[in-house]
Amino acid sequence: MNELLFQLFGAIAVAGALGMVLNLRNVVAGALSLVATMVALGAIYVMLEAYLVGVLQILVYAGAIVVVFLFVVMLLNLRDQALGEGRQWFTKTVAVLAGVGVLVLFLGVLPAAFSAPADLEAGFGGYRHVGALLFTDYVLAFEVTSLLLLAAMVGAVILAKRRTDGS
Amino acid sequence: MTIVLLKLIFIVAVIVAGMLPLITWTERKQSAVMQDRIGANRADILGITALGLLHPAADVLKLFSKEDFVPEGANRVLHLLAPVIAIVPPILMLAVIPYGGTYRFGESSLSLVVADIDWGMLYVFAVGSIATYGAVIAGWSSNNNWALLGSMRASAQMISYEVTMGLSLVGLFMVAGSLRLTEIAAFQDQSFRLLGFLLHFGWVQGELLPFGLDLLRLPMWGIFLQPLGFVLFLTCLMAENKRPPFDAPEGDSELIAGYHMEYSGMRFGLFYTAEFLEVPVIGALIATLFLGGWSIPFLSQETIITFVGAGFGEGFATGLCMLLHVASFLVKVVFMIWLQMAIRWTLPRFRYDQVMDLCWKTMLPLSLANVFATGVVVLWVEGLLP
Repeated sequence: MNELLFQLFGAIAVAGALGMVLNLRNVVAGALSLVATMVALGAIYVMLEAYLVGVLQILVYAGAIVVVFLFVVMLLNLRDQALGEGRQWFTKTVAVLAGVGVLVLFLGVLPAAFSAPADLEAGFGGYRHVGALLFTDYVLAFEVTSLLLLAAMVGAVILAKRRTDGS
Repeated sequence: MTIVLLKLIFIVAVIVAGMLPLITWTERKQSAVMQDRIGANRADILGITALGLLHPAADVLKLFSKEDFVPEGANRVLHLLAPVIAIVPPILMLAVIPYGGTYRFGESSLSLVVADIDWGMLYVFAVGSIATYGAVIAGWSSNNNWALLGSMRASAQMISYEVTMGLSLVGLFMVAGSLRLTEIAAFQDQSFRLLGFLLHFGWVQGELLPFGLDLLRLPMWGIFLQPLGFVLFLTCLMAENKRPPFDAPEGDSELIAGYHMEYSGMRFGLFYTAEFLEVPVIGALIATLFLGGWSIPFLSQETIITFVGAGFGEGFATGLCMLLHVASFLVKVVFMIWLQMAIRWTLPRFRYDQVMDLCWKTMLPLSLANVFATGVVVLWVEGLLP
């Protein structure tokens, strides 16, 4: 059952990723394919008992980041064909090569991965477990990341302000 | 498996099939009351109008019989897909909402929730964040500038309020110590002494407070423990729902009908259904998180089973308790629906910049302050402060 579900969501994830890269004529359809990939990845994380990562994958990537992509697309009012035909052959070739490469790598690892599930302690991957790790073992990395995000936020505000003042 | 299906059928029958048509009727009647009119009363079968209760059926018949129109230059696939994406999230949210506690019948136990998952509230946030796509895709795929403006407003508004929505609940999670909705609801099935802190810190000696102050109690509901969190969360949910006063994405007087203006027939009906369906879903969420869920104030499950069970047997007492709890939950949901209707027909629409200012400049700082204050109090009560 689990293996079947994994293959289903894996197929959705790969199809969505291909849809995003190959769908250059329609930016919004590409972004929506990315959403399908994110949701499928979230489902795979949940099946791996990484509940928090799985749900954050959907909440943050599918629910917020891609919406911001779409917002920018709408702000610039990109219509079909807006990105032109020029670089498509290059992007498509790279996408296909990268996809084949990942596939080859995975074919080597997959048989071992399906052999036996690891023994996990109760509550593994839940918000309590991850939260406790974040605020004890990895607290330095966590706080440094928050500083990085703060710096990025301040930078964005300054850039936006300069543009309005200069007009 | 059968039991899960039965639970699913129950909640869908009550909320979607039962409450939804009544809410469309309530909306029209409430607007009529607010505007000193009579309201919907013309639809009849053989002269019987039944207070206008036939209007929901008439509305649906009308929507189904209309032409399903796709405008020229629209992205056909996405245009047809958007209403479907809009209606799925509120239905999915119903899966984790407990409409009753856990009941023991002899050997087996029955828990009245479809999916009792440990990260229930995260699931609600994740599913809710997908709802943005319905509005965004609808506006973009319609090939219409008004619709595009509407969906830009919708996406900005919904993403902004999602941030505050999550933060406004952190305080409640800290107090209840869980993200599982059944645990949060069960946590509220008790009461606390208003002056209990006097005993807790040893300022008054003994087991009971003097002068009958011991009877000065409140049910341990989220709304009493986290009043600020309640106001913030309700506001965020109403903004996510995009109904007035947060209907800038639709804004009839500015954007004609906003993101769903190019939709007709039942596809428009799906957007409307999604909006109306979110009203009882919001009611159920608020009831579970802040109004004690299925619990009855000052009458815990143990008390009911002990007292009724002494006279009529434990099985009967448990069954009665279950019915009372479901009824209590539904009463709270209906109250929240009424509150939302009253707000919707009282306040005028916020201007778009006011919507964003309210979120980022008022509610986000308030929710952060709430998290901090709650954290300090929780540590203090547990005696962990230096």
